[in-house]
Amino acid sequence: MKEVGFAQKLHIDLPLLFGIVVLSLIGYAVLYSASDQDVNLIFRRSIHLATALVVMFAIAQAPPARLSGVSLWFYLISLGLLILVLFFGETGKGAQRWLGFGPFRFQPSELMKLALPMVIAWYLSKESPPPTIKMVFTGLIFIIVPVLLVAKQPDLGTAMLIAVSGFAVLFIAGISWKLLAGFAVVALSSAPVIWNLMHDYQQKRVLTFLNPEQDPLGSGYHIIQSKIAIGSGGLYGKGWLNGTQSHLEFLPERSTDFIFAVFCEEFGLIGVLVLVSIYLFIIVRGLYISMQAQHLYGKLLGVGVVTGFFVYIAVNMGMVSGQLPVVGIPLPLISHGGTSMMTIMAGFGILMAIQTHRRLLSN
Amino acid sequence: MAPQTTNKDLDWKINLVHRRIYLTAALVLIITVLILLQIFYLQVVQHDHFTTLSKSNHIKILPVVPSRGLIFSSDGILLADNRPSFTIEIVPERVADVDSVIDQLSRLITITPDDIQRFRELKKRARRFEGIPLKLNLDDEEVALISVNRHLLPGVDLVANLSRYYPLANSLSHTLGYVGMIDEDEFEKLNKSNYRGTSYIGKSGIEKTYEDLLHGYVGYQQVEVNAQGRKIREIYKEPPEPSKDLYLTIDASLQILAVQALSGRRGAIAAIDTNTGAVLVSASSPGYDPNLFVDGIDRKIYASLLRSKDTPLLNRTLQGKYPPGSTIKPMLALGGLNLGLREPEIETWCPGWYSLRGSSRRYRDWKKQGHGHMDMVNAISQSCDVYFYVLARDMGIDLIHKTLTDFGFGKPTGIDIGGEAAGLIPSTQWKREALGQPWYPGETLIAGIGQGATLATPIQLAVATAVIANRGKLVRPYLLSEVKDSATGRQVIRVSAHEGKQVISVGAEDWDVIIHSMQEVVHGKRGTARSSGAGTEYQFAGKTGTAQVITIGQDEEYNEDEIPEEFRDHALFIAFAPVEEPEIALAVIVENGGGGSKTAAPIARELLDHYFRRHERFGAG
Repeated sequence: MKEVGFAQKLHIDLPLLFGIVVLSLIGYAVLYSASDQDVNLIFRRSIHLATALVVMFAIAQAPPARLSGVSLWFYLISLGLLILVLFFGETGKGAQRWLGFGPFRFQPSELMKLALPMVIAWYLSKESPPPTIKMVFTGLIFIIVPVLLVAKQPDLGTAMLIAVSGFAVLFIAGISWKLLAGFAVVALSSAPVIWNLMHDYQQKRVLTFLNPEQDPLGSGYHIIQSKIAIGSGGLYGKGWLNGTQSHLEFLPERSTDFIFAVFCEEFGLIGVLVLVSIYLFIIVRGLYISMQAQHLYGKLLGVGVVTGFFVYIAVNMGMVSGQLPVVGIPLPLISHGGTSMMTIMAGFGILMAIQTHRRLLSN
Repeated sequence: MAPQTTNKDLDWKINLVHRRIYLTAALVLIITVLILLQIFYLQVVQHDHFTTLSKSNHIKILPVVPSRGLIFSSDGILLADNRPSFTIEIVPERVADVDSVIDQLSRLITITPDDIQRFRELKKRARRFEGIPLKLNLDDEEVALISVNRHLLPGVDLVANLSRYYPLANSLSHTLGYVGMIDEDEFEKLNKSNYRGTSYIGKSGIEKTYEDLLHGYVGYQQVEVNAQGRKIREIYKEPPEPSKDLYLTIDASLQILAVQALSGRRGAIAAIDTNTGAVLVSASSPGYDPNLFVDGIDRKIYASLLRSKDTPLLNRTLQGKYPPGSTIKPMLALGGLNLGLREPEIETWCPGWYSLRGSSRRYRDWKKQGHGHMDMVNAISQSCDVYFYVLARDMGIDLIHKTLTDFGFGKPTGIDIGGEAAGLIPSTQWKREALGQPWYPGETLIAGIGQGATLATPIQLAVATAVIANRGKLVRPYLLSEVKDSATGRQVIRVSAHEGKQVISVGAEDWDVIIHSMQEVVHGKRGTARSSGAGTEYQFAGKTGTAQVITIGQDEEYNEDEIPEEFRDHALFIAFAPVEEPEIALAVIVENGGGGSKTAAPIARELLDHYFRRHERFGAG
């Protein structure tokens, strides 16, 4: 019998925790600068962070078998809440995505970011891989319904994030390349049909969405200012608290979605490489945990969670550096915002649960 | 130890999953490298470029708004113009305390609470560096006052821009519609980039329907600004896509004449080109002055417009629903011929009233002593009610419904501006579904003279008249005839009329009878509108109509002088001309105007005279 360490007993994965702590510290530094040294904001962030850590720790206590058991219910409840949003949702920033309970408001689409990979992992792990065609199509239905609901709010960024983490599970489960190619063909060939069905103004919106620089009065404005901030940062950056772009109020949303531009301006390419390395460290650790998982459910869910995390990073960095449309996705653990931090930490809780219950179970 | 399965199959399966995980890792790596390459490109390759931009930092993106397209009538009269005007704008970013600045300004010029409220609403959705209009349309004195005190007012800009002006004011208000400040709902729906820098949007009529063409597409300029936010130089400019000028089918001189003819009364006139459906006149009286709406209408004035018994905001031409009265008699007669229920020469005896078998109720003819023996031509030209009571009885309500529906009644005509009413042609099915009641035979008789539940809009009447003129072809009325690029004057779109649809196919001799009888209405010895047909240089065909507003009891007399004005009959008249080769069809309705022959027909005559006089003059020249 193997010695069970202290961290293991508490169901904490130390390497993962290390990554989280380093990122959070960087986050504090950048947020302090981006918010013009707003101590109040730092305080609110500490509350978010503490709550999220508690959530992570709580989830890590649950054995994966338990998570697997509640997957379907969790998914159905999240789906129900998404439907509620459709009818009773509160509107904020032009989209109907909030659900209010007294003084509390939250976005059911956040729950879905975890519920979808969970339910697909649960469903596909009922039989050994690769999944049958029937299972793949059922999985697709699991994905499409919430994605459409979220896209309708409209919150295209989250819809895409949910879709990718769902597909990632299907992909990991070993869905055949032929089927994958088939999906690609269907998606590509249906695009022109959908395009032709759209109204002129809808087409125009899609074009603007795909190419924001053509719309410098709308989202293109963000991109232009953000590129100036990143580019003027250079190799070494202008130094902490010295980003001129950020502090002269030229950069919009600089403590939330566009915080990466502030980081780039102040810490330069060197800083970016460090930051990206930490992210990669977390991702690699997550993938490692998934490989080590003893049960198919853990493997599938682990990769689903990690992929979701990566999509956050890739889409945010891609958007801020002008490679992707502006969709409003925060940079994990750096951007200010309680909701997304909660989801991300809950995801880490799941990874820790998969990792730390492994050996205990096997005894 | 864990129960490690050595089963080869399971190994293969786990390997499959692990291979996919490695693939995922590879994908993550590739995407990360791509992102890093972009950041490398920005931070290293283009570093100097962005440093320059960041130092002079002060790149602003400003909208370049195309000026709104003009609207002209078919005879070249300017219907909607842009006039230069001055606006005071405040840039919140450059002002420490907006309220105190407003306070300061209000000591110089009058600023109403409405102005302040509008400013606050606009401020909510504007960016901090954008100017927000506080007061619009400053007069010369106000402009001067602001100009001399400008050094005391940082963050306050005097902006010259264009504001909408409608030269014809009341004469075409409903059709043209008006622009107004973009409200919250509209703001949510519109393309926000395209409306950066625009505060007006079409609210109704042509202005609303063709908003996209009239607005154009906004351009932008990248400018360098100084610390005070004032523009130093332009770096790049993307010119706007110019707006389009619209040419309407409306004949302005005829339109003005029509509005004058209705002045002081409630009513509507619709005239269309019988061949194409082009709307020549769309008059609704009383009108309102659309200029009042442009900069936000005063609440009191708006309330009085809303409350007025004369409902000036209602576009009667498209939305007014009237019992068509006797104007539908030619159409029902044609239905009778078409269905083989009548021959033109078969006569009906008119003693001045008619009763259904087994009923004592008398349905009266407007001519108390009766018309005597009536064939079809006489029944139409003298508007004999009894003839049509009997015809209606023979047709039954559902065939009446079908006949009138063929003429375009009971559904929107499809004209290109919104808000059109459908009107109503009753049927047994309609009554069952809408009222849950069976149809009574007496109602069929009433429907036969265009009374009862039957309702039509003036534009429907004009279109139905054109169907007769066209011998069965239904045209779709339209208002937009031509679109030109406002910058180059080049024609962009020539709106072609919808191909008319042959909706009724009967023999030429049947049409001859109907058209002849309508000609008799105005040119015949005993025609109901003979006084309006006298001495014309052209031949025209018409039909009078008198629609009851209240029901006269069995034994009561209708005496116009004893009845309050709002209960008097509506006067209707439809006409087309020339009879031989029709060009124009029109419908005139004067609310509570009394008889159609007395009030409505003379207006039609006046308009037709004007139309043909002018055409002759043009022909000669």
